[in-house]
Amino acid sequence: MTTLRVIDAGPAVTVQDMGRPGWTAKGLARGGAADRLALLEAAALLGREAPLAALEMAGAGGRFTVDAPTRFCLTGARMKAEVDGRPVGHAETALLPPGAVLRVGGAEKGSYGYLAFAGGVFGEDWLGSRAAHLLAGVGRALAAGDEIALGSDPDPEAAARVLVPEDRLGGGTVRMMPGPQTGLFGEGVLERFLDTAFTRAPQANRQGVRLEFEGAPFESETQGLASDFITSGDVQMTGDGRPYVLLAESQTVGGYPRIGTVIAADLPRLAQAQAGDAVRFEMLAVEEADALWESEAAQLARLRKAVQPRVRDPHDIPDLLGYQLVGGVTRGNELED
Amino acid sequence: MDAEEITPEILPLGQDGVLVRFARAVSPEASAAVARFAAEAEGLAGEVAPALASVLLRFDPSQMGRAELVARVEDLLDEREWRGLEDPAPTRRWRVPVALDGPQLAEAADLAGLSEAEACDEFLATELRVRAIGFAPGMPYLGFLPEHWNIPRQTDLTPKVPAGALVVAVRQLVLFPTESVTGWRMVGRCAFRPFRRGAKEPFPLAPGDALRFERVEAAELERLETEPLGGAVCEEIG
Repeated sequence: MTTLRVIDAGPAVTVQDMGRPGWTAKGLARGGAADRLALLEAAALLGREAPLAALEMAGAGGRFTVDAPTRFCLTGARMKAEVDGRPVGHAETALLPPGAVLRVGGAEKGSYGYLAFAGGVFGEDWLGSRAAHLLAGVGRALAAGDEIALGSDPDPEAAARVLVPEDRLGGGTVRMMPGPQTGLFGEGVLERFLDTAFTRAPQANRQGVRLEFEGAPFESETQGLASDFITSGDVQMTGDGRPYVLLAESQTVGGYPRIGTVIAADLPRLAQAQAGDAVRFEMLAVEEADALWESEAAQLARLRKAVQPRVRDPHDIPDLLGYQLVGGVTRGNELED
Repeated sequence: MDAEEITPEILPLGQDGVLVRFARAVSPEASAAVARFAAEAEGLAGEVAPALASVLLRFDPSQMGRAELVARVEDLLDEREWRGLEDPAPTRRWRVPVALDGPQLAEAADLAGLSEAEACDEFLATELRVRAIGFAPGMPYLGFLPEHWNIPRQTDLTPKVPAGALVVAVRQLVLFPTESVTGWRMVGRCAFRPFRRGAKEPFPLAPGDALRFERVEAAELERLETEPLGGAVCEEIG
């Protein structure tokens, strides 16, 4: 067991994994990472066969230290990071020696950064998941002085590995599929929705993201409609006819009309859009959307194949020597092996 | 009740969801169809969840395609008439203490065309059923009150009602597990919380449970706050 100590942290750093599926009938959304792909990428980089709990850092990271050597990686939003002042790249594994300080800065591109450790983050388990679910009052944001158990890194000396992450930062076009209430929006309203250039509004959290646009509200024939199921990715029109896209911590049932559902593959792009990033929607037929579905196990298998050893530039060599020296000093048991 | 309202539709809800919607509006008849279908559809998909007028089947597309699930749902729908069904008999009945002193009791009673006393009598006299659990974890939609309670939500939201708030709209009462924003009118307070995070049974209620409110005074409710179920009692039937 390794202990991670939080020296300080941004306002919205939480433990997240793939969430708690299967509780819809009790009103609990699956929850878990806002950008699930980022946890799959981290698992692939760290050589794991299943995604592990990691720290989700909304907007800003923090400073962290450990008491035993462990590999880590940063995925999702791009956040500048360094270990004792030495820069650490995005989507590559690096070693955090005991006592060294890992500093993760603010998000330069994207909204949700992930800090994953080779042995995973332990923390409190509830209904088979360690994910904080703030809406349900489960877990909390981490704060200065918190100590969290990590699984031991089985192979801290493993060679560094790197992955080219799927481009999903900075907004863009997201694909959606029709939902149970799409037909309640007039054809003209739907067409105008698909033609509209939206920008992500400043209001966003793990529950959902509001979008801004110029023009009339998107109205629908939903008077008297019974409250109905919601799923993550649903594009809900709140009372004022403005879109609010539901993310991991959505409510499970609601009364506002929804114009469609963003497909799972494109939800990370939406979650990662920063305030002001441009977002557009493209509507697929149900069959087209279904054909794009890929299980998370299949995604992870694909990502594991895409991971490459890190090829170091000559100018990195002093760093490499530095790491070996630090490793030798801190392990301290090589002669006994 | 207009029987023509019950027309099952099979709709997509995301890439891993099939929604069977029995009606667009809330009605006892739609809820009875939902309860029956949810019971019979158990096992058809990984997750089968009832709401007020629809049932969600969440499936694993790597195990079964949408077309296959839809075909099975169609077979099940073809097996019976979904109009004119009655609620299945409850297997559990709850008695939940309530203080009927909500800030919008008078306003809600007025919209229903009743005096405050008449409104309270109806809240207490109606045997309600848990029609759906959702929005927030554990939160029950309880129905149905008499037709004159088909009152709309407020146009403006109440920014904050406390945990335990009992609110009313559209012939239903809803009991909030946690502090929340709401468009429904608050008529009372309960010490019972339908979501108990640390408890062995975090979600005490189940869809289909019968529930009746019992009136207590504010001082008694305060005392009940310290009891594990806030004074609520669950009786197993049969």
